[in-house]
Amino acid sequence: PPTDDEPASLPAEDISTNSNGPKQDSLFDDDPEDLFAEATEEVSLDSPERDVLLSDGPSPAITPITPPTSVLTPRIGLHDDMFTHSSFDEFYLLSLNFSLPQTSISLFKSHEFSVKRRFSDFLGLHSKLASKYLHIGYIVPPCAGKKHWMTKVKVGKEDQSSNEFVEKRRSALERYLMRTVKLPVLLKDPDVLQFLESSELPRAVSTQALSSAGLLRMVNKAAEAVNKMTIKMNESDAWFEEKQQHFENLDVQLRKLHASMESLVLHRKELSVNTAQFAKSAAMLGNSEDHTALSRALSQLAEVEEKIDQLHQDQANADFYLFSELLGDYVRLITAVKGVFDHRMKTWQKWQDTQMLLQKKREAEAKLQFNNKPDKLQQAKDEIKELEGKVEQGEREFEQISKTIRKEVSRFEKERVKDFKTIIIKYLESLVQTQQQLIKYWDAFLPEAKAIS
Amino acid sequence: MTSTIDESNKEKMRSVSVDLNHDASLLIDIPDALCERDKVKFTVHTKTTLSSFQKPDFSVPRQHEDFIWLHDTLVETEDYAGLIIPPAPPKPDFESPREKMHKLGEGEATMTKEEYTKMKQELEAEYLAVFKKTVQVHEVFLQRLSSHPNLSKDRNFQIFLEYDQDLTVRRKNAKEMFGGFFKNMVKSADEVLISGIKEVDDFFEQEKTFLLDYYSKIKDSTAKAEKMTRSHKNIADDYIHISATLNSLSADDSTANKKHLEKLSDLFEKLRKVEGRVASDQELKLTELLRYYMRDIQAAKDLLYRRARALVDYENSNKALDKARLKSKDIPQAEEHQQQCLQKFDKLSESGKKELTSFKGRRVVAFRKNLIEMAELEIKHAKNNVTLLQGCIDLLKSI
Repeated sequence: PPTDDEPASLPAEDISTNSNGPKQDSLFDDDPEDLFAEATEEVSLDSPERDVLLSDGPSPAITPITPPTSVLTPRIGLHDDMFTHSSFDEFYLLSLNFSLPQTSISLFKSHEFSVKRRFSDFLGLHSKLASKYLHIGYIVPPCAGKKHWMTKVKVGKEDQSSNEFVEKRRSALERYLMRTVKLPVLLKDPDVLQFLESSELPRAVSTQALSSAGLLRMVNKAAEAVNKMTIKMNESDAWFEEKQQHFENLDVQLRKLHASMESLVLHRKELSVNTAQFAKSAAMLGNSEDHTALSRALSQLAEVEEKIDQLHQDQANADFYLFSELLGDYVRLITAVKGVFDHRMKTWQKWQDTQMLLQKKREAEAKLQFNNKPDKLQQAKDEIKELEGKVEQGEREFEQISKTIRKEVSRFEKERVKDFKTIIIKYLESLVQTQQQLIKYWDAFLPEAKAIS
Repeated sequence: MTSTIDESNKEKMRSVSVDLNHDASLLIDIPDALCERDKVKFTVHTKTTLSSFQKPDFSVPRQHEDFIWLHDTLVETEDYAGLIIPPAPPKPDFESPREKMHKLGEGEATMTKEEYTKMKQELEAEYLAVFKKTVQVHEVFLQRLSSHPNLSKDRNFQIFLEYDQDLTVRRKNAKEMFGGFFKNMVKSADEVLISGIKEVDDFFEQEKTFLLDYYSKIKDSTAKAEKMTRSHKNIADDYIHISATLNSLSADDSTANKKHLEKLSDLFEKLRKVEGRVASDQELKLTELLRYYMRDIQAAKDLLYRRARALVDYENSNKALDKARLKSKDIPQAEEHQQQCLQKFDKLSESGKKELTSFKGRRVVAFRKNLIEMAELEIKHAKNNVTLLQGCIDLLKSI
């Protein structure tokens, strides 16, 4: 939460309104139509405006998770003027608040500031981090890409222009960022630091930039390829075999749970709607009733049901934002975990291939020696030397990635347990609140019903 | 499936209509019923001190169609034209749980064995609930008759209670006799006729306005209440799936999470039971209440209709008398006819007024009772939920 006694030490800056150069190229998108094209907006970085930056629309009654071990608690607010742009030119104004104790490493210039970032900036950050760290075994948190959101709109599950849709995306990005900064290796990464601090982010036009979805596809293809090849990797390490199976199971179960939760959210929303409709109907019935006391009681019933429908709506939001979204995030995270395991296999394969190549070269060298071809022999010896180096490197890389994965999995599992516990408790508390409200409402109605004579 | 419904259960169910079955001279109940495929066989049990019956304590098996026969004969009986005939019980409808059972069978492969068992249990409970409801509604019908000063003495009612052979033959004969005169009248003409007549009596004018409007409103409320109940049931089903998956997760888990997941799975299982009860209580106290009085209002409207017809007959007889007087032909018959019509109309109006007044009283009492009970049950279930949830939260915080 923002601490108002910390003065913002960044000077107020005017972000120029010039367009950011050439249109965002399609490296990020597969569709010809770039849905998340940037737009610029003037924004003041002074803190007084911060509260205004939060979403206009209905906000769920939840505060973001404050991870105790992290140094950062980013909060993402929405820019005031975002709706003045066309529907896809959206931004998220990032306002980062630090709950940094004074003695910590000051990686940042100040404790509180705001920067503005586009949706595509988030994706750009993720793709950079993924390309840098995934293949060496770090579980880089995924960021739901454009495809994820637009698919929902296409199947009619979401209304693109609704406040609710915007809020879901804001919340998702906030969680993404929070998970990213929780990884010590990522927090130190210059791209992350730049993302968090820099007043203007250069266009991510790096040649190796891939869309988030594209990257995921690549990871999945790699996984598929590994499965299709009959490389039975000589898994000398039972730990890896066990963990792989564990994550497979977890994937299946979490998806199932997520689907059930989504169903619950839907039904709870339906209950809210049906209750509201009943409330209206009961009110009409009360009006029609000619017995005075009963008429009054029916009107009161209608009022109670109206309050209850709002209760159900709020509960549906809690169902969603607390539990359902958590599950969705973890389904995506597990995919990243599986990707990391696959990278290890690829690393092993590469090492093995290099070793086989070395073997072949040695055999060739032996032949050359036998046939007495001195000049070719030297070349062969050089190649062998190089390959020996490569084999050593391959082995090192394999050992390194294995080591990293072990650490990462341990960290991930700890996080997962903590995350779930914290969120579940919050979720259950939301359920308790709803029930307690229900008691209040019905308690208030009871004397009305008893008053019928 | 047989069900012997014990007294305490019946007390809970006998909610929509009050003050029934207290007169010891004629006590009726349906202690059990048998469900064979779609046919329900009710055991109608009578205890009486009246000498008009052959035995003081006896039972007969009856089908739904027998109840309908009884209702229709009462409707057709001229003498009862001025009474609100208790609405016929609706046909037992197992369509909804049966359809769900079918869907469940199709989806069996996608669930764990445990999940499937729980869903099946839930559906069997639903079947049972439908079954109990239909027994209740048939029982209340008979009890309404037995507590009515005029209808309880009806000959056909006695036959229904006592005749120890199959009523099917009698039913067929009755159909031929009456031809369903009143029943076959175009029902849509009701409203037009009722609203069309020039009403001289303030009381009936008010009743007419009230009943017509109230009927459409209560019909709507019944439908909306039903939708609410269905949503609660859907949520209960979701809880079953959630509980089952949490259980699977717990089984696979070897971390500190295992205990969390176990507790959580357990919690959701308990929550879904409560949610199920919220659904069924709301259905009984609210939806069924509204549905019952919707039908009762229809019966009251039918009374107004019969009275309207009597008025029309009377007006016609007046015209006929005038004509006869003009032609100086058949005057005594016309006078006689006119007198009869007047008497009939007056009788209907007098009896109708009494019936409609006591009907309002009944309705108010029933609404009061059920709304109180519903509120109390909602509170009870919510408190139960709080206890369950808080218990789990405390447990999770301590692990």
